[in-house]
Amino acid sequence: MIKVENLVKKYGSVTASNHLNCHFEKGKVTVILGGSGSGKSTLLRQVTGLEKPDSGSVYFDGKDLTTLNKKKLYEVRKKMGMLFQGSALFNYLNIFENIAFPLREHTKIADNIIKTIVTMKLEMVGLRGTENLMPSQLSGGMMKRVGLARAIVMDPEIIFYDEPTSGLDPISTGVIGRLIMDLNRTLNITSVVVSHDIESCFKIADNIIILFFGEIIAQGTVEEIRNSKDLRVKQFINGDPEGPIPFTRTDKNYLDEILFD
Amino acid sequence: MNIAASLGRFTLNRLQILGRSGIFLFTSVFQAFLPPFRLFRLVKEIEFIGSKSFLIVFVTALFTGMVIGIQGYYSLTQFGAEAALGVMVALSIIRELGPVLCALMVTGRAGSAITAEIGIMKITDQFPALEMMAIDPLKYVISPKVFAGVISLPLLTAFFDLVGIAGGYLVGVKLLGVNQGAYLGRMMTAVTFTDIYGGILKSLCFGLLITWLASFMGFTAEPTTEGVSRATTNAVVLTSLSILIVDYILTSLLL
Repeated sequence: MIKVENLVKKYGSVTASNHLNCHFEKGKVTVILGGSGSGKSTLLRQVTGLEKPDSGSVYFDGKDLTTLNKKKLYEVRKKMGMLFQGSALFNYLNIFENIAFPLREHTKIADNIIKTIVTMKLEMVGLRGTENLMPSQLSGGMMKRVGLARAIVMDPEIIFYDEPTSGLDPISTGVIGRLIMDLNRTLNITSVVVSHDIESCFKIADNIIILFFGEIIAQGTVEEIRNSKDLRVKQFINGDPEGPIPFTRTDKNYLDEILFD
Repeated sequence: MNIAASLGRFTLNRLQILGRSGIFLFTSVFQAFLPPFRLFRLVKEIEFIGSKSFLIVFVTALFTGMVIGIQGYYSLTQFGAEAALGVMVALSIIRELGPVLCALMVTGRAGSAITAEIGIMKITDQFPALEMMAIDPLKYVISPKVFAGVISLPLLTAFFDLVGIAGGYLVGVKLLGVNQGAYLGRMMTAVTFTDIYGGILKSLCFGLLITWLASFMGFTAEPTTEGVSRATTNAVVLTSLSILIVDYILTSLLL
């Protein structure tokens, strides 16, 4: 579905994507794991065309997104859905209008059919009856589910999830995890999930990619990752504070820095 | 050497921002002429920038007219020329005070709100969300605001002129006893079409300036709470100053 080749992106002296190669398979759930600042979100922004890489290509159904003009990119985007970390609902529209928004903008579907579609999507995320509320009246978990309903309202072929479970309680996390799986299994929607929540990711993932300071240190099926011999991967999935992945960001020796100036 | 280098960097930096804001405005205006047209969005923005400013424009205009009425009366009686009060009130309001004060009030009321709204949309990822839904954020969010500004400001200014002149009439004729015929009659002969045209032209420019700068400041705000509050303050200060400077330039060109 999406193939990433030799992707490079630098912000000043920081390399956020260092020659990345990966593949998001059709109909599969691929989870991109990595600590804060490992370049997960940057990868996602480049794969969706929100940001242009310094070099390298992103192929969506064989078309290189990095070379498309805006009009063609927008055509491709209509096949994509995205759930943002903060839901990114429009705060001046109520829940119904938020979900109906892409339909109203891109189609000429009659109002009563839009109503049916929105009701169906809300039922899928378990929030029927909230149509007339404003986003500010919902909890974080509910906002994510509305965001998800909006992401799927155009029946996309692929959905990107940016940290879908961060900041949610365990039950909401479970609900979102099951929704991602349901959408994938029942509608065969390809899913790409960016996360640092290992527990829930192992449950929903088909494939896993682990990023570390802009580089892919491991990719494969859940089993392959679980049985990986790589110490960095082991440390990451076990959440060990000690290991080859340093907690501090500086190379300077701590004692040197506090004792001798 | 160091001073020269940092001065150069500063200048380049500012020029870059200037260029970016120009491209920003050009893209927003240009996009508005491509389908799909969103008339409803435009009407909503006119309601926000225009209709909702009516009350403060009314109060500002009324008191401005009344103050000029009093001041003008006491100045003019010294020369025995209080019959020219109507001319004085009308010309100062139509040429200068109408467009400028109206623009300053709208900057404070709508400009700051535009910057804050766009800044918050940025913090909450609503622009990439629009992008992902294959909708151009500049076209969807910014264009209607810019056009609403250009449409609303001349209308508000015309309203300001009317209320201001009425305020002067109230004080001059009803309170201080200037002859009604002199107030209105001499005003009508003295005010020419060029005066009105100049005032309206100014307000058109101010409408563009307010919505352009306010939107741009919001759009380029640092996506944090402090970033947006700073951008809002900067937008109001920068827009107000620009209005006064552009007013001078336009006046010198028009006269």
